Amino acid sequence: MDVTDELGPLPVVVDHTRKPVVVVEDVHVTYRVYSSGKRARGSDGALLKKTRGLREVRALRGVSFVAYENESIGVIGPNGSGKSTLMRAIVGLTPPAAGAVYATSRPNLLGIGAALISELSGERNIVLGGLALGFSRAEVAAMRDEIVAFAELEDFIDLPMKTYSSGMSARLKFSIAASRNHEILIIDEALSVGDRRFRDRSEARIREIRDNAGTVFLVSHSMSSIRSTCSRVIWINQGVLVMDGDPDEVIAAYEESRPRPLSQGR
Amino acid sequence: MSLAELAAENGLHRVGARPHFFSYIAETWGRRQFALTLARYRMRSSVEANRLGLVWILLRPSMNALVYGAIFGILQAGRRPPDYAAYVVVGVFFFHFFSGSLQSGAKSITGNGALVQSLAFPRLTLPLAIVLQELLEFLVTMIVMLPVVVLFGHMPGWDWFLLIPLVFLFTLFNAGVALIAARLTVHVRDLTQILPVFTRLLFYSSGVLFNVNTILANHPKIVAAFDYYPVYQVLQLARHILTETPIYHVEYWGYLTGTSIFTFVVGLVFFWVAEERYGRN
Repeated sequence: MDVTDELGPLPVVVDHTRKPVVVVEDVHVTYRVYSSGKRARGSDGALLKKTRGLREVRALRGVSFVAYENESIGVIGPNGSGKSTLMRAIVGLTPPAAGAVYATSRPNLLGIGAALISELSGERNIVLGGLALGFSRAEVAAMRDEIVAFAELEDFIDLPMKTYSSGMSARLKFSIAASRNHEILIIDEALSVGDRRFRDRSEARIREIRDNAGTVFLVSHSMSSIRSTCSRVIWINQGVLVMDGDPDEVIAAYEESRPRPLSQGR
Repeated sequence: MSLAELAAENGLHRVGARPHFFSYIAETWGRRQFALTLARYRMRSSVEANRLGLVWILLRPSMNALVYGAIFGILQAGRRPPDYAAYVVVGVFFFHFFSGSLQSGAKSITGNGALVQSLAFPRLTLPLAIVLQELLEFLVTMIVMLPVVVLFGHMPGWDWFLLIPLVFLFTLFNAGVALIAARLTVHVRDLTQILPVFTRLLFYSSGVLFNVNTILANHPKIVAAFDYYPVYQVLQLARHILTETPIYHVEYWGYLTGTSIFTFVVGLVFFWVAEERYGRN
């Protein structure tokens, strides 16, 4: 993507008629990596600087955009383009080397991976997740059945989460995190492990959150998921924004840029 | 208009920026149900994982008291503190609460990576939940400790109610220690390797199993230093309340109140300062 480098960063167009929820201002993220593959600890320390093989990887190189209420934003780009880094920066888990992220509230991040508390049952994870999100005990009790039903885990809800498959775990985590409206929710590939049926239902839920004044970021390699849920798409490559706009246009340009797979099965 | 101005105009906050100390405390208070439930569930799941269940919570410190009490009883022979059995049981059980808070507290952030990385809530609740869990387990062990004390001829009296303020102060102190340990472990993970050795050292040097005044009689300066050592003060106060040992200083209550509140507040502030750091790798 040499094009973007020649043109400089994409200009940010601010829509003053809508309420901004997340503002990302010229965010740079740099990882220090040993070229052996081991990540350097700490950012200062003269010892580290002298170490041979210490490399700086510029995962994000000046990303800016504004996300609004009632918006679901798809984030696309090839592996290693900086999508997950951007999501972690929005949640505050990765400190920007320069620039800043502003948000109305601290977003919740749904990623692939471990259960919340793996030694506890799904049931108890629902209660704890709900309480951690700030619900009262009564509210958690009221939405418990809904969460279980949405995750379709009625038969397994009393088993420890460490016994769940990655799809089951992702379903439960999504159901907990998506139980709250008016929130910023970031979904980083978390739905890709779910089955077709769950994906349809979760996509419907994402649209619902969006329509209820929520803001959702969806990182996915499934263009059909992005098309069916997102009102806007951001395309990242090598740590910079390549395009930001209407889903169909951005996805078309993105697919155009990539070498065609041998078989066109979609 | 710059993006930062746009953010400020719409009331957006910088993500990850830690809130003011008092709003942080208020937020944490708002999640007290979370901390309490986490403590209860953790305790139950640790119990359910074993065949003997809840009995283990009682057995662990009891067996410690039995083993260490027997060995140190033989080693000390004539220099054993008077009323040795009750002395050891009270010492070991109270110390267990402290060492558990320190060791599990140290892992409260690093051991909950998935939770910390996915949900937004004040991280302070995690070490506090650990201390609550240790407190609950400690209260359960009282079922063993108090009858043992009675068995060795100390009848319960009204003064046993003094245990309530004592345990309260001890909990504050332990929470402060757990908070400090939790943050330090985030910076230096290797700490979890050293902590077991460190707690062992404290176990052998806090007068859990021996009488400081007798064993260290040749080192009056060290004995004097024990008067300022909170864990020792707690043990001595507990022994006084339960078994009316003569070695007791009223000032200990004053010292202990001071150090406990001080440690707790220092722990809160120390933990809060690094709030932005938790969950990052």
